[in-house]
This record gives sequence, structure tokens and C-alpha cells, in this order.
Amino acid sequence: MENLANHGSDVFIIGLTVFFLACIIGYYVVWSVTPALHSPLMGVTNAISSVIIVGAILAAGPVGHDISKIFGIIAVILASINIFGGFIVTYRMLSMFKKKPKIKKEN
Amino acid sequence: MPPSIVAILYLISALLFIFALRGLSHPESSRRGNVFGIIGMIIAIITTLMFKSVLSYTEIGIALLIGGFIGTFIALKIEMTALPQLVAAFHSLVGLAAVFVAGAAFYDPASFSIGQKGSIPSSSLIEMSIGTFIGAITFSGSLLAFGKLQGSISGKPIVFKFQHLINALIFLFILLLITFFVFNQSPTVFWIIVGVSILLGFLVVIPIGGADMPVVISMLNSYSGWAACGIGFTLSNNLLIITGALVGASGAILSYIMSKGMNRSILNVVLGGFGGEQVVTTSGSDNSDKIVKQGNAEDAAYILKNADSVIIVPGYGMAVAQAQHALREMGEILKKEGILVRYAIHPVAGRMPGHMNVLLAEANVPYEEVLELEEINPDFPMTEVSFVIGANDVTNPAAKTDKSSPIYGMPILDVERSSTVLFIKRSMATGYSGVDNDLFYRDNTTMLFGDAKKMCENIVKSLN
Repeated sequence: MENLANHGSDVFIIGLTVFFLACIIGYYVVWSVTPALHSPLMGVTNAISSVIIVGAILAAGPVGHDISKIFGIIAVILASINIFGGFIVTYRMLSMFKKKPKIKKEN
Repeated sequence: MPPSIVAILYLISALLFIFALRGLSHPESSRRGNVFGIIGMIIAIITTLMFKSVLSYTEIGIALLIGGFIGTFIALKIEMTALPQLVAAFHSLVGLAAVFVAGAAFYDPASFSIGQKGSIPSSSLIEMSIGTFIGAITFSGSLLAFGKLQGSISGKPIVFKFQHLINALIFLFILLLITFFVFNQSPTVFWIIVGVSILLGFLVVIPIGGADMPVVISMLNSYSGWAACGIGFTLSNNLLIITGALVGASGAILSYIMSKGMNRSILNVVLGGFGGEQVVTTSGSDNSDKIVKQGNAEDAAYILKNADSVIIVPGYGMAVAQAQHALREMGEILKKEGILVRYAIHPVAGRMPGHMNVLLAEANVPYEEVLELEEINPDFPMTEVSFVIGANDVTNPAAKTDKSSPIYGMPILDVERSSTVLFIKRSMATGYSGVDNDLFYRDNTTMLFGDAKKMCENIVKSLN
């Protein structure tokens, strides 16, 4: 029998499998998000989509100063703006949804 | 680090991202979810920094610091009312980052182990160009959405002849370019793909008007996810594929919920032009000679004070006037009088999904008092006063009765079923849809003309 693991297309097929399974997980997880938190959902998805920084770091990694390294460094800057900005703004939104302590009402 | 350890660390970080989204099912678990997301990101970054090929720590460190500083500064400074444009701006950065990563992969494929320059495998080239294409569209589309939300560009839909045909032709042209690119691997073609995709991004968002922005923002959110996916396929990186798919699914579901909230298909929203030219064709009845009952803050305070139950319906006008704090103060006073006060949120109120909920939370309104359309609608007939502040189309009964109305079929908040309706508006102008609201002329409606914030403050004064 042919050994599937040695096939060139294999990486792509694994990727495709992962992709569809992740879409299904995403579908169920996102429907379970309460509508009141749809804005924080956008904030947090925005932050995690910047995981693209992984690719940016790989591009910026090698020594030297070729064009791909410069692209990588620019992408690291852009993605980290998003990562910090996204998580912090989500944190700010979510802390507003904290249960308010009762004492506050007395003032 | 051995590849299997890398794979496991990436898997952990992907799982943490799933938990981050899962946490948002309830406000109490949501902050923990956010922490999961942050940990996941830290694991992903550190794991990547441990790669053998990653050597220039100084440059990467400086880049991280610069980006981190800018991001932190913006996120801490931003007003909550400006959230929609902030999110749009952030989406645009993800798109641009995707383009740069794809570009880097094209110029130095060896760093990503996808062959040598000039002899990159076709599959990688296709994945790369799809990532570039979606990234570039996300970049320019979000940039335009940002401009519209910020008010630097008119929020009005811009429509011209053959718009959709032109977009379709541009899309076909891009497909052609991608085919070409796969065969000759030319840098020139790569940059033409980037340029034309950027153009298409602008053209796609230009016909879409202000109040359709919740759909556009969700859609661009989705695109930014698919862009990350495209890059994930290029780099054969499961973490990027999983995260991209999660974000893509999330944005797609939000777009679906938002268009359902307007009883329009996503396609109808995307094709755009709504509320632009239909203004003239407002539904049959001419309301120009009808009488509008007008009131002032004292009248409103009197009506509110004598009610048993009040439902507050906020809309985009509340956000514009920054009236949420004054509104909450008004609600507090009414609650102290023993009146049942609740807030009703229409799915498309505001300029992004959940916009009103965040603003009310900012003003310290407990989230238990804030209800969604399906939850609150049955309660309107038992409610004495509906207090509409800065909303219009989402309360228009024509959506249920007038088949010729552009908003026919849109789910609305049944404020007309309550005994009295108080309407804060700046003027008699129509809402985004351009449809006149019959509710203004009813006997049990009192119009309160003026700035939403000032009006709330004056009502608070009168209540005291």
C-alpha cells in the first residue's frame, strides 16, 4: 500500500482537515456568545487574529537586511499594535460588565 | 526545539484561543476568557522566538515594543463611543500585516521552508496569493469603514452605474492575475495583485451606508480571519489556520445576526446603496399635516414618575450625544421611586454588534437590566412608558404593517404597544432608512426635541 504520510499534498490535507474542524468549533462557540458581549467578541477576535505575528517573526528572524526581513519587522509592528490594543480594549470593555458593588448606589 | 514540542505548544495556544471565545458566553466568565487569550498569544510568540532561524532578537524586540506601545496607548485613550472605528482600524492593520507576511514569504521562501525564490511550489503560491488578496481587501475596506465611522468621509452610500459589474470584473481580473502569478512567480504581478485587491476593497465598502456598518464591520472581522487562514496554509501552520477559522466563523455569524436584525440578506447589505436613493419613495401616507404632540423635560419627568414600569430603548443617537451616563442617572432615580426600569436593545442598534450594551455597561447599568429584542418584546403591552432615545427605524411599526416600506419585515421593538411613548429626537428627520415613522403622530406619543444628553439631564433635574 502507498504510504500516505510521504505524500506531498499531505500537509495541505492536514491543514484542510484542521480548517474545517476549526470552522465547526468556531460556529458552535460563537453562537454560545451572549449578544450583550458581541463588541468584546470583536475585540478579542481582532486580537487573536494577529497571531499572524508568528509568520511575521519568522520573516524578521534571519540576520541580514533583505526586503523580506523588513516586511517581517513591519508586520511585527502592525500585529503587535493589534495584539496589545485588542486585548486591552477588550479588557476595558469586559471590566465594565463587572457586577457593581452595592455600596456605589448609596452615593 | 523539536518540531513535535513546537506543534504541541501551538496546539495549547489554539485551545486557549477557543476558551477565550467560549468565556464570552457569560459576563462573569468573560474576563477569565480574555486572560486565556493573552496567555495563548504569549505562548505562540515565545514558541516562535525559539525557532533556530530566528536570530535577530533586537530588531524583533524593538518592533514589539513600538507596536505594543502604540496599541496600548490607543486602547487606553479611546472613548467607548469611538469603539466601532477603532475596531475597523484594527481590522485594517491585520489585513496589512497579512499582506506583508505574504510578501516576506514570497521574497524569502526559505525562511518558511517553502522552497527557494523563483521555484516556490504552486500550491504555496496559490495559498499565498489568496492570503494577500483577502488581506489587501480587509486593509482597504476597513480603512474606508474607519473613515465613514469617524466621519472623515461621508457615511452616505456612494452608488454609481455598473458598480457591481465593475466589482465582478475586477474580481475576475484578480483571479486571472493569480493564475499568471502561479506560473511566472513575478514580483511585479504580486504587487499588481496587491494594488488591485486594495482597489476592490474600497469599491466593496463605498456603496454601504452608515447604519449598515454593523454588518460591514462584522464582515471585515470575518475577512481578517480568512486572511490569517490563508497565511496559515502558506506556512502550513495549524495555529494560524485554527485561529483564522475561529475569527472567520465569528465574523460570519455576526454578519448573519446583524443582517437578520434588518430582515435583509447579507448580499443585499453588501451590494449596498440602502437608504440612499429610496428616500423619495417613502411609504404612501403623507404625514405633513398630522399633528405632533410635543413635550418638555418637565412633562417627561411627570409621565415617568407616575409610571409603574419603563422600558428604555437606546439607539445610535444616544452614542452620538454621549447620553448614556445621564440616562443611567435618570434610570437610577426612577428605580428609587420603585419603578421597574429596563433597557431594550435591538440587534442593529448602534454601529457595531453589541455597541449599546457596551455603552450602557460603561455607564454602570447592571447587565441584568439590559434585555434583547426577543426577551423584552412580550413585555411592552404591560409597560406604561417606552422611552426611546436616539433610535427611530427599529421602533417603526411600518415594518410590520406596510408592505411597500423598505424596512418591511424587519424585527422591531414593539414600543407602540406600551401605554405611552416618549421620543427624544433632535428633529423630525427620518431615520437611516429614509422612512417616516408613524409613531411620532400617535395620540400616546410625546416628542421631546433636543440633544439626548441635555434632555436626560433636564429630566433628572425635574425628577429631583
